[in-house]
Amino acid sequence: MNNLEYVIIGNSTAAVGAVEAIRKNDTEGSIVIISKENHHTYSRPLISYLLLGKTNEEKMKYRSDDFYVKNNCVLMLGRTAEKIDVNQKLVILDNGEHVSYDKLLIATGSSPVIPPIKGLDSVRYKFTFTTLDDAKRLEKVLKRNNRILIAGAGLIGLKCAEGISKKNVKTICVDLAPRVLSSILDYEGSKIIENHLTKNNIQLCLGRQIAEFKENIAVLDSGAEILFDVLVLAVGVRPNISLLKDAGGKTNRGIVIDERCRTSIPDIYAAGDCCESLDVSSGEIKPMALLPNAYMQGECAGMNMSGKDFVFDKAIPMNAIGLFGKHIITAGTYKGETYFEADENNYKKLFYSDNRLNGFIIIGNIEKAGIYTALIREKTPLDTLDFELICKMPGLMAFSKEERASKLGGVPA
Amino acid sequence: MKRVYVNEKWCLGCHLCEYYCAFASTNEKDMARALKDIKISPRIRIEEKDGISFAVSCRHCCEPLCVKGCITGAMTRKDGVITIDRDKCIGCYTCILSCPYGAVSPSEDGAIQKCELCIKTHSGTPKCVEGCPNGAIVFEERGE
Amino acid sequence: MAVEYIYPDYEIIRDYDRCIVCRVCERQCANEAHEYLSDSKKMIADNAKCVNCHRCVSLCPTRALKIVKSDHTFKENANWSNKSIKEIYKQAASGGVLLSSMGNPENYPVYFDRILINASQVTNPSIDPLREPMETRVFLGAKPDRIERDEKGRLKKNLPPQLRLSMPIMFSAMSYGSISYNAHESLARAAAELGILYNTGEGGLHEDLYKYGKHTIVQVASGRFGVHPTYLNSGAAIEIKMGQGAKPGIGGHLPGAKIGGDISKTRMIPEGTDAISPAPHHDIYSIEDLRQLVYSLKEATGYTKPVIVKIAAVHNVSAIASGIARSGADIIAIDGFRGGTGAAPTRIRDHVGIPIELALAGVDKRLRDEGVRNNVSLVVGGSIRSSADVVKAIALGADCVYIGTAALLALGCHLCRSCQTGKCNWGIATQREDLVKRLNPNIGYKRLVNLMTAWQHEIKEMMGGMGINSIEALKGNRLMLRGVGLNEKELEILGIKHAGE
Repeated sequence: MNNLEYVIIGNSTAAVGAVEAIRKNDTEGSIVIISKENHHTYSRPLISYLLLGKTNEEKMKYRSDDFYVKNNCVLMLGRTAEKIDVNQKLVILDNGEHVSYDKLLIATGSSPVIPPIKGLDSVRYKFTFTTLDDAKRLEKVLKRNNRILIAGAGLIGLKCAEGISKKNVKTICVDLAPRVLSSILDYEGSKIIENHLTKNNIQLCLGRQIAEFKENIAVLDSGAEILFDVLVLAVGVRPNISLLKDAGGKTNRGIVIDERCRTSIPDIYAAGDCCESLDVSSGEIKPMALLPNAYMQGECAGMNMSGKDFVFDKAIPMNAIGLFGKHIITAGTYKGETYFEADENNYKKLFYSDNRLNGFIIIGNIEKAGIYTALIREKTPLDTLDFELICKMPGLMAFSKEERASKLGGVPA
Repeated sequence: MKRVYVNEKWCLGCHLCEYYCAFASTNEKDMARALKDIKISPRIRIEEKDGISFAVSCRHCCEPLCVKGCITGAMTRKDGVITIDRDKCIGCYTCILSCPYGAVSPSEDGAIQKCELCIKTHSGTPKCVEGCPNGAIVFEERGE
Repeated sequence: MAVEYIYPDYEIIRDYDRCIVCRVCERQCANEAHEYLSDSKKMIADNAKCVNCHRCVSLCPTRALKIVKSDHTFKENANWSNKSIKEIYKQAASGGVLLSSMGNPENYPVYFDRILINASQVTNPSIDPLREPMETRVFLGAKPDRIERDEKGRLKKNLPPQLRLSMPIMFSAMSYGSISYNAHESLARAAAELGILYNTGEGGLHEDLYKYGKHTIVQVASGRFGVHPTYLNSGAAIEIKMGQGAKPGIGGHLPGAKIGGDISKTRMIPEGTDAISPAPHHDIYSIEDLRQLVYSLKEATGYTKPVIVKIAAVHNVSAIASGIARSGADIIAIDGFRGGTGAAPTRIRDHVGIPIELALAGVDKRLRDEGVRNNVSLVVGGSIRSSADVVKAIALGADCVYIGTAALLALGCHLCRSCQTGKCNWGIATQREDLVKRLNPNIGYKRLVNLMTAWQHEIKEMMGGMGINSIEALKGNRLMLRGVGLNEKELEILGIKHAGE
């Protein structure tokens, strides 16, 4: 039997997950990785830490230098896949090259949304903040400019604000939403973070939209004007679905995949930020652009591509983010009854209904949060636990003796 | 692979495993010198309530959620043992979010810490196993 | 009140340079002698609560603790010791009987320590136990007077039931209730692995331990706790407890507070009732009554199991033993005045009974003189502390010894003699679940096996040194013993010569 040809479009987390899974099952087949960026696989969330000085380009590498060699991958850097010929099973690149595949994985990730604001072209220094190159370009400019306007007070916008905070800048974040991190926090949680950001000299302008740019002036919908030197656009990201869409595959907001990461086209898989999939905590289908999910989807795709029947059906939204020393961990969906406790430093809210934990938000003392995450993922019936105890203190004590013996003693429950 | 297993039937909640763990991660030979006036931050931690107690430490899972979720690649699985490159870790706590046992915890310098079966300090039996006075913690192969 | 104050006997000394405030001493002291002060972040101790059990000392990971005898003194007085004075204070305060645990600690002569063992030399070569077979096996039970043959000349099987032991040592009676389940499990498992027996004591046999029945002596005491036909048939032998060395002449009392769950079920009494063992068996008022009970038990078990009668060593122990030897019992167990107990009145424990060495010598001689020595095997106990004591006891005439205190020491006992409080920090003499946990039978039974294996080896070495290769040849072999520092009368009673003779 001829060796399979695996082709992966993308070189980030989902791609790495797929490579590691494929090589568990198939050491002979060839793997070609087509990477638009010109870098060894690196961790995108680390770009703000790079600016902060907490890491460097070497430590940012997601896998060791010999990763591609050890896993026998051909790496095509700086190449863009432009079209997929489904009938001939070919990927056509920007330089006209054709790459043939038996199994194809689309791990193209997402791209930042550029909002169609009037006058955006007139802004001299404008950046998005998703790639390593974005970060390096931004850093260069910060040397001589110190009024920074960040459009967006979500995950990327605030991490950018933190990243540049040590560079002698004055930062203001503008967001249409009335509160920060509105996608992952509730009202009280957002307020805590807003206070914390203000204490750390980040100005916030919430519930406002930028109506127009006039070079270095941003005019808000309220008429107020903000003077700035550098603009960072962090209003959201959009899954990169065009490749598959043009090839006739099913897409919505993201590429539609099943729990085996298969697209609607045979032998084409998709994983990571470019997809949408089932969020088991809410029952909704949506893109869940999170690194752990990207890895696990990549792994799932890789397993199925290399002949194993493997299912990943436990995806939930989850986030771990630290801002100026305050840590936030969230997961799942915020619906149902709530358990709530807070003091001056910590905030915890659990959401549950129908005997299941749906989601949680924790700010401050995030110890053992993973125990809650597992309850959501595994859909553990809450009546099999000491629920009162686990709300107050996440721990294995809340489980039954038999469960504990299984978890800690390797004894099947 | 040999792992650390805890039998809550024999755990006395004496917390000695925590102190031996903390001692193991210092480079001192004498425990009194190593831990005097120090608030310990052990990688094995006791949970106790109403006369039941047991120690929880990293299970070194075969399908480790922490490794899969690690955004820097600092968490890796080497010869079955899940280890941390503390230099690479930037303290995002995605692993704490992922671990279903609550075995990963923050440490003072920002990076995370968890049981690494004492492979970085000495070979042979992990210190918590040696220090348990009642045979509640064992180091053995259980076919997982 | 000032007149009631008694200064603690012991002081806890902590080396603050080594203390890392791990608080294990606080967590593990059932008497709450240690405390953590959260404001100054220091550990302190209350000496009045310390019973000198060494739990904290053994667990402290930096060895920062030690217990010393307090040097707070009364004026020196050869007649009124500190102890005598304090006991009066206690009784003046409480009006109660003083209670103590474990064996007599008073300064009476220890005859084992004044007896020396022979060794072979020159004319009578010793035996190398590593090269020659050494027989430590013994069989306990009545031995027929002679070999009998049938009309065809074949041997008649007239041997009564025997107990087979791999070495002449058994674990003596300690009841379930005075010691914990985990202690019993350790004893049972060790006995099974070693090929010897342990004794249930008067608390009955827990149902989970029936599987060790082949290595169990089931005891029938004056309270008849836990006695039912299955119980009797489950053991390898049945022991009728007539007396106990630590408290001759009186019975026993386990307070209702200790009679919960399993104890109540095993003893077959309602929870919370006091378990009182009366002084006499109320159906035994003469030697004929004893004979009746012996045969009732034999009937109940189909004459398949030897019956042991256990007595305390008292002044006329020889006469009593002589009667028992004619009662149909197969084995007589004698418990000397140093024997241990879970709780007994102090005065009875310390002033009643006689040393086992003298009792043994007397009984052995009397039974031989009357020609009934073979009717019974003799088992002795009451502070057998080492393999040397075992050898000396056998040479004085015993078939086997019982060890109690020595076994508990192997399990972790530190002889703090506070068993009667029920707060044994080592998980032995307690029923509190959180304390019983501390004795892990997986660890405990191994230590017992180690101890017995070591003793067996030492016994072989000593026998080899004497030029003897079996326990049989050592039994009653008083020529192998010499006394030192004993007077004429003592030598006469022991039946041994003085060293130098």
